[in-house]
Amino acid sequence: MNGVHDMGGMHGMGPIVEDKNEPVFYQEWEGRIFAMNRAMGAWRKWNLDASRHSKEVIPPAEYLRMSYYERWVAGLVGLIVQSGLTTLAEIESGAPASGSMKAVPALTANKAVALVENGVPASRNVNVAARFQVGQRVRARNMHPVGHTRLPRYARGKFGTIDRDHGVFVFPDTNAHFLGEKPQHAYSVRFVARELWGAQAAEKDSVYVDMWDDYLEPA
Amino acid sequence: MTTTRRDFLTAAAASAGAAMTPDLSQTHQHDHDGHQAVPSDPALRVKALESLLVEKGLVDRVALDVLVDAYEHKIGPRNGARVVARAWSDPTYKQRLLKDADAAIAEMGYGGLQGEHMVVVENSPKVHNLVVCTLCSCYPWPVLGLPPVWYKSAPYRSRTVIDPRGVLHEFGLGLSEDVEVRVWDSTAELRYLVLPERPEGTEGMSEEALGALVTRDSMVGVAKVSASKAGNAA
Repeated sequence: MNGVHDMGGMHGMGPIVEDKNEPVFYQEWEGRIFAMNRAMGAWRKWNLDASRHSKEVIPPAEYLRMSYYERWVAGLVGLIVQSGLTTLAEIESGAPASGSMKAVPALTANKAVALVENGVPASRNVNVAARFQVGQRVRARNMHPVGHTRLPRYARGKFGTIDRDHGVFVFPDTNAHFLGEKPQHAYSVRFVARELWGAQAAEKDSVYVDMWDDYLEPA
Repeated sequence: MTTTRRDFLTAAAASAGAAMTPDLSQTHQHDHDGHQAVPSDPALRVKALESLLVEKGLVDRVALDVLVDAYEHKIGPRNGARVVARAWSDPTYKQRLLKDADAAIAEMGYGGLQGEHMVVVENSPKVHNLVVCTLCSCYPWPVLGLPPVWYKSAPYRSRTVIDPRGVLHEFGLGLSEDVEVRVWDSTAELRYLVLPERPEGTEGMSEEALGALVTRDSMVGVAKVSASKAGNAA
């Protein structure tokens, strides 16, 4: 979706502010919502792409006003309500609906350790032919899906070169909407900065964008 | 924190889809009644959410503690610094790192969540690499920990791809025109780590001493590594 989350190339967002003594979490609740996202993800009612999309659908003005972890709160509430793990009424009241069954947590402490150490690979060991070869000139498709996509606006319609083939990965545009993993090759595509931004960009510079087969066409 | 309860519910309902609209109109009703069922402060809201999820048996508090502790105390940029120091000290390791980062980083005992598919890009006198995630906040957790606020912020996400030299300048790093800047936008599940240049005057230093010089910012690509610890900002 052409949301405000797709920020590459925008102006007017202000200076970059760096805190030299930044803690991992400024406030305790930030750590808790971070952990809750992981723990609730273990129910496998959604996937990483759906989780990203749950933050993209926050209305733009609110997205910009919210702190990073406030977006995580909104995203998680959206996911757990949509998936039926809780109701909005329960979120509002803060108490389980009367007569509801008590579950057994999907993520135990031991499983949390394993999750951190092993991760959740997004590559797929399936034999899918690559549609493009390293060194090949390509064009990013000019497409504007209303759902989730990882094809940033600034690259659409632009010409680039396949820099490397990363292998076969889950395709976010379908996976985020539970329409299947549609595994396909993902590549680093090199765009000369002037192709993206015109003469104002430095001549030698470039931007590498990771893209799936379905984002590309031969050029 | 200025987000009101209504904003929060609006966002939640937007995420949950149009089916939630009737519930939302009810919450507006509650607003008019001045009835605060959900606290507007994020700390209280998250506390209430955690209590609800624990009560429903959906999350285990100890598992949450384990996750918070892992990223607060165990996983951070010291991991990446050790990888860099080894690459500086051991040319064959560096070759493996650039060729197959997952395996080489695993050799050092690191890997896992948000570092399942790693790529290491090398800085040189002629090439400077810089990492961003314009769409969200993708970052190589096992080697750098969770990203700092500036990395996740709108100014960095918006400007790094269009004006990398301006961004670097803001971090105090001026690059001459003959240096090629390569920006890596983490739009897929690949996670990028910059292998910074080894500073002059560090010949003969131990791997451990070298590791102490390597900063988080240098591994994102917004800084260089200085030969003295005092010269390294973050």
